[in-house]
Amino acid sequence: MIRALVQPGAIDVAAELDLHDAGGHGASASFIGRVRGDDDLTELFLDHHPAMTAAGLADLAHAAADRWHLSALTLIHRVGAMVPGETIVLVLTSSAHRAEALAACEFLIDRLKTDVMLWKRETFADGRVQWVEPREGDQARAEKWGA
Amino acid sequence: MALNIAYFAWVRERMGIADETVEIPASVADVGALVTWLGARDARGKIAFAEPHRIRAAIDGVMMGPDAPLSGAKEVALFPPVTGG
Repeated sequence: MIRALVQPGAIDVAAELDLHDAGGHGASASFIGRVRGDDDLTELFLDHHPAMTAAGLADLAHAAADRWHLSALTLIHRVGAMVPGETIVLVLTSSAHRAEALAACEFLIDRLKTDVMLWKRETFADGRVQWVEPREGDQARAEKWGA
Repeated sequence: MALNIAYFAWVRERMGIADETVEIPASVADVGALVTWLGARDARGKIAFAEPHRIRAAIDGVMMGPDAPLSGAKEVALFPPVTGG
């Protein structure tokens, strides 16, 4: 089962895990990305392209499913305004054995950073607002998975 | 040629609008030329497109490079490199 979503509402991690886990899997890996309150950050805003962001997430999910033997895959990215502690992204991957579940999870989070139409804007307590710049390290991590 | 252009992230903020329909001259034939043309069109375009190498583009939902032709395009999206995850 592949579930790839972009949503403005809060990600209910427990409910998503229940849905993902239905039936049970031999091995499941997870990644949960949360908003950090570093430097007195008060808001993280995620801009997106209504059609292309959803299509990008679906493409990425299918690329992982083509590459590894997965029994379930959940890939949910939140958009809009968030505060520190809220979940930005949830990745759940399951397989018969741990190696494929763990590799697929890492692939998805690495590629999310470079392949999907999402842009982060940070607002700080002192009023500063800045768009996050891409990091070279993220590009290198995404490229290590090849085409 | 009439073209729908959509802007995202800081490109949208600097342009002050999310999208517009523009009549582009025949000489503006590809994505790179469109970015140059928008950058020269007015004050906000000059700010938004001051650094063309930081602009990415998609034509009708597909990521494209600066050499991609605009003929037949319905919507061009212009945006900075992505930063999700």
